[in-house]
Amino acid sequence: MLVSSSTASGSRSRIKLGMWLLLAPLCLWLLLLIILPHIELLSFSLSDPDEGGLTLSFYGEFFNEPLYWRTFLRTAIMSILATALTLVIAFPVAFFIAKMIKGRSKGILFAMCLIPFWVSELVRTFGWMILLRESGVISSGLQWLGLADSGVELLYTDATIMLGLVYSAMLFMVVPLVSTLDSLDDSYIEAGYDLGGNNWNIMREIIIPHATPGIVSGCIIVFMLSLGNYLTPVLLGGKDSLWFTEQIYTQFITRFNWEQGSAFGILLLLLSSLIVWLGLKVTGQSFTKTMG
Amino acid sequence: MKKLTVLSAAIALSLSVSAQAAEELRLLTWGGYAPQEVVDLFEQETGIKVKVTKSNNEEMISKLKATRGAGFDLAQPSQDRITSAQKAHNIYKPLDLSKIDSSQFIQSMLAATKDQSTLGGDVYAVPHVWGSSGLIVNKADAADIQDYTDLCKPAYAGKVTYRLKRPTLIGFAFAMGEDPFAAYADKDKYQQIMEKVGQKLTDCKANVKAYWSGGDAMLNLMRSGETTAAMAWDAGGWKLNKDNADINFVAPKSGALGWIDTFVLPRKTKNEEAAYKWINFVMQPNIAAMITESAGNFTASKGSDAYVDAKLKAQYQASFSPADIDNIKWYPPVPAGLEKIEGKILDRVKAY
Repeated sequence: MLVSSSTASGSRSRIKLGMWLLLAPLCLWLLLLIILPHIELLSFSLSDPDEGGLTLSFYGEFFNEPLYWRTFLRTAIMSILATALTLVIAFPVAFFIAKMIKGRSKGILFAMCLIPFWVSELVRTFGWMILLRESGVISSGLQWLGLADSGVELLYTDATIMLGLVYSAMLFMVVPLVSTLDSLDDSYIEAGYDLGGNNWNIMREIIIPHATPGIVSGCIIVFMLSLGNYLTPVLLGGKDSLWFTEQIYTQFITRFNWEQGSAFGILLLLLSSLIVWLGLKVTGQSFTKTMG
Repeated sequence: MKKLTVLSAAIALSLSVSAQAAEELRLLTWGGYAPQEVVDLFEQETGIKVKVTKSNNEEMISKLKATRGAGFDLAQPSQDRITSAQKAHNIYKPLDLSKIDSSQFIQSMLAATKDQSTLGGDVYAVPHVWGSSGLIVNKADAADIQDYTDLCKPAYAGKVTYRLKRPTLIGFAFAMGEDPFAAYADKDKYQQIMEKVGQKLTDCKANVKAYWSGGDAMLNLMRSGETTAAMAWDAGGWKLNKDNADINFVAPKSGALGWIDTFVLPRKTKNEEAAYKWINFVMQPNIAAMITESAGNFTASKGSDAYVDAKLKAQYQASFSPADIDNIKWYPPVPAGLEKIEGKILDRVKAY
């Protein structure tokens, strides 16, 4: 009895050790790459470089100077719009890949969505610049066709930023959508038709409810990627296109104002989390259900 | 057994590689200041490998600030960014001038840089490459652009490009009849001047096609004819002039803005000896001429003009009359705190 209980506790402690060892990489990653840098960021944002001690002035600056919160608002609204557009475009694509075709061609189509991501974002963005600029491919094509008299400038507008954002985020919407739509049994759809539903009914009552976790997780990823994007707005954006991440970069690098940059970084984290939380509330989803 | 020999061979190899790599110079510099041919020649002569990192003023300071002066053995910020950055962040190390062959330098330039980079009796910098920023104009379309403010003429709507950075603010301030350098010490006055310039730049926005940030973007805009005038560096203008004779650098009426990029030691430099060797090596007239060839700007090396391509000399003389040279406004050291004032103005210009 005594012996057996001691071996039992021994094996239990071995299991515990094993669990901790398995957990260690995750914990280290969280601690070293996420928690510590954010604590550092937080302490920077709260410290007063001139007098020492704590100050909230860098956060105050964000709310008092219309420039900064307007930039954030603009960034957030454009990111939400980009997310919605991505969803609208990616849903039919994902539905086609998951439900309309079978076998080899399915893999090929999926790979075609993936291939643009084999080159870096920078190269893809330069590709768009070559296409869209005034002396670029599309502009000269239009002139050649006689549709335009002189060069057409398609770059440096908010629409171009939107194009770039949707393009670079597309894959992150398609993948979760395909995997959730894949798991939907075709017989449900057939049953829907048998019961006299039309395309619209079936889409609304069967497909979308089933795909909701995929839609929500795709939207969260795309929204966060757009909000945190730096390259696309800077390279494709126009004269009025200040992006919030650009603002953080300039505070750190060109102004040497790490305190202000840190405050912006923390605010970006908090405000974007708030937006995601609101989005989940409004659509009646819970975070655990979506990710689980 | 075989595995073991392969393994030991690999270990031996990696050891020998690391032993060779020990002698290395980590150089933080600008594009074109350490061309491959010069790096190769230096390695041939000294056996030291040069690892080049290309950067700009703000990034150099930020990088060194982040590591408190570590990670590089030699850096090349502009002369006006030395004493202020040293005061604020303590990222540089004083130079040992006895290890630098001062006879290779143009004496007046060496004296000026030493003077401007002296802090607490220590000299922190010696000059390397100098140049100016001003206007690049396509004469075929915009012959009457002579000063920064001419970029805002209604005739050039959508045909102009410049950076949203401090040289633009300073250049416009001079063109508007102000003297921002004289106001460096007086923050309120400086703020006032910058507000005025910011307003001008906001009004001028309709004329701007895009604010360029990388030099290549500006070259592309000018080369393709999408813009007819830009505010940029002289070397960029001369580069464009090689492809299209109509485009050239123009020294603005109110004065081109002159800068000198220097050599400084980061505070935690690991290979100081190699840094001094590099300075003495690249200041030799024939090597300096190779750097002029690749960077497009002249150096502070005495007598290197004789080795420089005649074309570049001709371009230089076409852009700068003797009066224009006298009129160059050299950047004095930037006092701390001005960047914040300028930064906010620039943000506002971009936002509205």
